[in-house]
Amino acid sequence: MPRVLLIEDDPSVREGVELGLRRRGHEVRAAATGEAGLAAMAEFRPDLLLLDLMLPGMNGVQVCRQVRDHSQLPIIMLTARGDDFDVVIGLEAGADDYIVKPARPEVIEARIRAVLRRLDDSPGRPAIVVHGELTVDRVGLTVSKAGRPLALAPSELKLLLHLSAAPEQVFSRQQLLEHVWGHSFHADARLVDACVARLRGKIEDEVGSPRYVQTLRGFGYRFGPL
Amino acid sequence: MRRPAARQDRGRGRQPPLCPDTAGFRLPLRAPVSSGRGGDRARVRAFGLRTRLLLAFLLVAAVSAGTTAALTYREARNSLLETAQDTAVTSFRDHVQQTGFGLPVQKEGLEDVLRDIARKGKPHPWVVFAEYGSIRASSGENPVSTVITPELRRAARANPHGSFERVVKDGVPYLTIAMPTVFKTGPDSLLPSGLVLYAVMRMTDEQVNVDALLMAGRDGALPGLAVSLIPGLIAARSVLRPVRKLREAAHNMGNGRLDTRIPVRGSDELADLARTFNESAGQLERSVRELREAEERARRFASDVSHELRTPLAGMLAVTEVLDEDADGLDADTARAVRLVSAETGKLAVLVEDLMEISRFDARAAELNADEVDVAEAIRKTLGNRHWTDDRIRTELPDGIRARLDPRRFDVVIANLVGNALRHGGAPVTVRLRAEERSPGPPVLVTDVVDNGPGIRPEALPHIFDRFYKADAARTRSAGSGLGLAITLENVKLHGGTIHAGNRPGGGAVFAVEIPLHVEGTGG
Repeated sequence: MPRVLLIEDDPSVREGVELGLRRRGHEVRAAATGEAGLAAMAEFRPDLLLLDLMLPGMNGVQVCRQVRDHSQLPIIMLTARGDDFDVVIGLEAGADDYIVKPARPEVIEARIRAVLRRLDDSPGRPAIVVHGELTVDRVGLTVSKAGRPLALAPSELKLLLHLSAAPEQVFSRQQLLEHVWGHSFHADARLVDACVARLRGKIEDEVGSPRYVQTLRGFGYRFGPL
Repeated sequence: MRRPAARQDRGRGRQPPLCPDTAGFRLPLRAPVSSGRGGDRARVRAFGLRTRLLLAFLLVAAVSAGTTAALTYREARNSLLETAQDTAVTSFRDHVQQTGFGLPVQKEGLEDVLRDIARKGKPHPWVVFAEYGSIRASSGENPVSTVITPELRRAARANPHGSFERVVKDGVPYLTIAMPTVFKTGPDSLLPSGLVLYAVMRMTDEQVNVDALLMAGRDGALPGLAVSLIPGLIAARSVLRPVRKLREAAHNMGNGRLDTRIPVRGSDELADLARTFNESAGQLERSVRELREAEERARRFASDVSHELRTPLAGMLAVTEVLDEDADGLDADTARAVRLVSAETGKLAVLVEDLMEISRFDARAAELNADEVDVAEAIRKTLGNRHWTDDRIRTELPDGIRARLDPRRFDVVIANLVGNALRHGGAPVTVRLRAEERSPGPPVLVTDVVDNGPGIRPEALPHIFDRFYKADAARTRSAGSGLGLAITLENVKLHGGTIHAGNRPGGGAVFAVEIPLHVEGTGG
């Protein structure tokens, strides 16, 4: 069962979510502030971070950025503000998904599992594929560009793996939401857009004219043609 | 005798006009009638305030100039004519009295006498005629004058002091004087002798002078009229400019620019009007601002309350599963209480979520994240995700209809309508999709959700999309939050579409959603 670090300032939410997840078999460590959460991280070594956006002192976006600077730890934002602005800010900071409060533990757990799920690769596919300057290791789950390893967040890596598995095939945002994020419901399509933007920032030579992840206006995204 | 008793002025076209001809300025009482607003507009344009002001100015100027000219003309003309005719009458009377007439009158000698009097005509030469019984004599060629009227002849017999009359014949004005010769029988009594002398004098010179007077009066009045146009224009301008400003300001106010004000100049009635307008505009602006602030406060309150409810709800909702799972192990009453709390917490969470959504719509913070989707596929997914795949739901979903929609919002629309039909209507519920051409306008995507229930009561129909409206009064607490259809309506409106609720003839409610189809080309 995954180890979850929960950073949440409201005691009842913290206790409730901690209780709910623990009942479902997760190992949960809860922290009341961003600073305490960052301090607990080295010692607890979580598999996933559940992060509240509105925190006293250091806020969720700052915590998210700091974690992303040195780690590819999956991050899910827990936000009371489902408003578009907050969601986009959080996603741009590098979060992999977001959950709007209040949410039942089964929803939270489903999202956790979706983020942690490794992409099922069809057997027989070569482990290492080279696309232009990009080298994708589908078994080791690493990506390097011109020999330099890239630090991709889990959602970015899964998006790249999914797109590059079928080069030149167009995927709609809805399809990507289902396959990469595991959202069966109609979710926010900007989850995809924000992730594509972050991925492009890491793999493209010029973000303005993307070469690897291309947009088909009105339809969605595709990998290549290079 | 200064004034002859009988005095007739029979000159045709010589009466001084009392009022100048104003036919050219007469305002029609009724403008040409045409139907509709266009006609009213045309009338306002044709006789606008400017025109009316100018016409009033011209009328006043014309009346005053005309009256002045007419009075001056009449007085001058009368004095001119009276001087001439008084001179002539006095002179004629003197000559007649100085001339001795032997009776009985003989025609031969008489003509000489008449010629003698004719030579002394004053101020113009005159022709003298004499009538005595059947004897007719004259100083000229014709023995009888054609100018002397029967009235003058009658007057001559009635008045021994003599009469005169002005006559126009063939365009030439004449002064005709009748002077009976009398015997003086006493200091106060006179006896007519039967001999009547007539003098006929052409008044051409006087006519020329009178004509000159008329010309002078007219020439004086017309430039006056022309000059009066200038103050008329200035006055019209000074009135019309504030009026036009007022109109523009009122128009701006109507368009929502409530900070519109008019510059107040001077202290006349128009300035008062402008001041009143400004005050009213100020009060209106204040009222509207207060209303908006109150509305804004109410909206923010709803939004804040919803936000604040989320945090405790998040904690409660996180443990409801624990309660549900452990309820089985508790005694019956406690288990019921625990399950109740759990269920109500779930409903409260839905209500708060819906309230949040509504306050986002109210604050216009709801955005449309449109994407091109296969509509039939989207609806099938909505039904499938909610496990509405049994025989309670029938679908008529033709493939291949693509539309630009916000998939998440369209999902909410379909889910709310189908959920509503299953809850309040009756199974089976039919979801029907079609694209319809609309002339005029773009083609629309029509989605019908039809149930087989009793239908919507007619009195409930107008309120069916109101917030918290419960069509069934007995079911005040249904499973829904009471906001579902209101949210559906807002989502459809966000797509630029419309939604209608109605009843089928055979019973059952129909909800029809129409959204404009904006299918983009296949190019990237």
